Amino acid sequence: MKVEEVEEVEEVEKWKKWKKWGRELHALGALVVVLGSIVSAQVTPARLERAADEAQNWLMYSGGYFSQRYSPLKQLDRTNVKNLEMKWILPNQVFGAWQSSPLVVDGVMYVTQRPNDVLAVDAKTGRVFWLYRHTPSPDARVCCGSNNRGVAVVGDTLFMGTLDGRLIAIDTKTGKAIWNIEVGDPKLGYSITMAPLVVKDKVLVGTGGGEYGIRGFVAAYDVRTGKEAWKLHTIPAPGEPGSESWKGDTWKTGGGSIWLTPSYDPALNLTYWGVGNPGPDWNPDQRPGDNLYTASVIAVDADTGKLRWHYQFTPNDPYDYDSVQIAVLADFTYQGKPLKSMLWANRNGNFYVLDRTNGKFVSGKPFVKVNWMSGFDPNGRPIQTPQPAGQPTWPGNQGGTNWYSPSFSPRTGLFYVTAWEDYATIYRREFQDYVPGRVFGGGGGRQLLPVPGAPGVRIGRTTPINNWTNAAGYSSVIAIDPVSGMHKWKFEQFDMSDSGVLTTAGDLLFTGGREGYFYALDARTGEMLWKASLGGQIANGPVTFSVDGKQYVTTISGNSLVTFGLRD
Amino acid sequence: MLVAAIGLAVAPARLAAQDHGQYTQTEIDTGARLYSSQCSTCHGPNGDRISGIDLRRGQFRRVVTDDDLMRIVTTGVPAAGMPPFAFQPAELTGIVAYIRAGLDSSTPSIRIGTASRGKAIVEGKGACLSCHRIGGNGSRVAPDLSDIGAARGVDMLHRSLTNPSAGMLPINRPVRITLKDGRTVNGRRLNEDTFTVQLIDDKERLHSIEKRDIRNFAVETTSPMPSFTGRLTSDELADVIAYLVTLRGQP
Repeated sequence: MKVEEVEEVEEVEKWKKWKKWGRELHALGALVVVLGSIVSAQVTPARLERAADEAQNWLMYSGGYFSQRYSPLKQLDRTNVKNLEMKWILPNQVFGAWQSSPLVVDGVMYVTQRPNDVLAVDAKTGRVFWLYRHTPSPDARVCCGSNNRGVAVVGDTLFMGTLDGRLIAIDTKTGKAIWNIEVGDPKLGYSITMAPLVVKDKVLVGTGGGEYGIRGFVAAYDVRTGKEAWKLHTIPAPGEPGSESWKGDTWKTGGGSIWLTPSYDPALNLTYWGVGNPGPDWNPDQRPGDNLYTASVIAVDADTGKLRWHYQFTPNDPYDYDSVQIAVLADFTYQGKPLKSMLWANRNGNFYVLDRTNGKFVSGKPFVKVNWMSGFDPNGRPIQTPQPAGQPTWPGNQGGTNWYSPSFSPRTGLFYVTAWEDYATIYRREFQDYVPGRVFGGGGGRQLLPVPGAPGVRIGRTTPINNWTNAAGYSSVIAIDPVSGMHKWKFEQFDMSDSGVLTTAGDLLFTGGREGYFYALDARTGEMLWKASLGGQIANGPVTFSVDGKQYVTTISGNSLVTFGLRD
Repeated sequence: MLVAAIGLAVAPARLAAQDHGQYTQTEIDTGARLYSSQCSTCHGPNGDRISGIDLRRGQFRRVVTDDDLMRIVTTGVPAAGMPPFAFQPAELTGIVAYIRAGLDSSTPSIRIGTASRGKAIVEGKGACLSCHRIGGNGSRVAPDLSDIGAARGVDMLHRSLTNPSAGMLPINRPVRITLKDGRTVNGRRLNEDTFTVQLIDDKERLHSIEKRDIRNFAVETTSPMPSFTGRLTSDELADVIAYLVTLRGQP
């Protein structure tokens, strides 16, 4: 028997014990909820597997392993949502865009703030239990802001990735670090902005740094010790499958960052990771070939880290179309047969349906204006139509959508995504030498604007005056029927939005935008049922939870964490 | 501080820099290449993508001198997410040269005349203050020009004078609103979002209007400003631009 197999058997035994322990604790947890006590049970792996059904909580980044950002809570519905009022507000003491998505575990909210703080907050009152602060090394290099999007939890432990490429385990009760390991070297541009994902006894992360010529990877660590369990590079080395898509040494600086949380199908034991742009970003002449597995989704065995399949959205990507978006998993009938699908609104402007058992392309269709490709071949490979130099490409550099979470409601059967419309970039390629730790961009681009020199859309909203206007682009929430690919409805805003989407069993859809309005829409029709003018830009997805039988909705607006509930 | 000198010298930043013998075209070109590969991802092609910082206009959070600029580039601002850059001395000089050149390495083809003569034209023959306002004088119907030299490049000023509709920023477009109660409001747009629009009307009153109260909402793309091609000689245009460049919002 090989050593690996011995370890695997041991892992299985440990897992069984943990599962049993989890069931016991889960029963205890149910009792605790009945008693309405403030004492909380541990979050077991078994609870994580059923997280999406645990209506009162929000146990992982996207709500559940299928990443639907859908809650079974239905106390709030289309009839009473107009009675929402603000229950509490917690201002961030750290300046800068706040892209975190909170967790809620039995009445305690865990949210990160810049650069790498974690706050434990009473979810009912907004009062703070503890603050954990990690000061990233001055070596940290992040292209696009000191963002952190949240933590993962299992047992009594939270996990946070850091801007300086570390992974830290933190005690849920005391806010003290348990272990702290290096995942990637910050001097070479490795960083972590994503919320990790816990699967069984492992915590999974990937690294950012796609603008620094990294060689991206995903890795799993033992939740108790931080010991590396497996590691899979997103760029294959010579001799490995996929390495034929790189020439010479270009794979060494091939990019393939990971900066959003993966999804997971427990039945298939596969984790699904969106992979970022190739390096250098904008000069494909420097890296001929398809550049696998950049701008792709990869399916990775949760126990071994083995690559099971991949699908590439944008081969040899010259547009910085990171395919990091959240993979939404949903089961439905497609052309008369049950389909285990993966739904994906990609930065490249297409909405995809894939078969998540094998990665087969089922359908693809633009959800915004697209001119970089004209259609798909039978295998789902895009037929690329590069625009002449100096001509605009739709969608623009920040994409038809990007990192903010979409949603899927099993009740409506619709997929919901925030889209950037009427937005294009004129790209420019330049040869670029790789220098460790330096931006490895290979050019860039400028936004197509109606007046030369006029202000364009920025990465985030930094002023209360919209002086770029919808002439530079605007956002909408689009409801897509995944079976037909047709748009069911659309809700347009005047400015761009980086807000994710939350849906609930009350057939409500919560979202926001850069203008600082927080909305409740009718998930079936798109009709606006309620709005609050919070002022600060709303980025990332809202979450919902309940405490003592009352449902709440939380969003971040500007530098404030805001929670709404029904009038008492 | 060079930026102040630029305002006084009444010339685009790069010309001033050359006149003062501060930075060479080679240094500026070096900086331009580095900027586009290393800086523009965060700071944007126009240097204005980070809140509170506008490199083209010399607006910073922490920097005053060229030495400050070099130090910040070298050490980064980790708390704000700016990484340190290990540039060679010549590269550092280039970056500073390019920033101090207003992120413009091309030779401006726009002629710059004499500011004092331009001021006289703006206040006299050009009748600019019948719509615009500068330093507390003139009408508020058209945009206040008190900081226009900081807000716009020379090329944009020239375009606005010779082809106003092509140079008008979308936010400044004239709006014509008919409310559901029959009232009309015409003016210049100040701000807009999904549900409201803010404007200043032709009587200089501020309005914030909810779109649900609007029956008809027209946003015009034609500027009410006439072209000054033909109204002013090319020498006079050069003088007006020279004056506008000095307007940097510092009364």
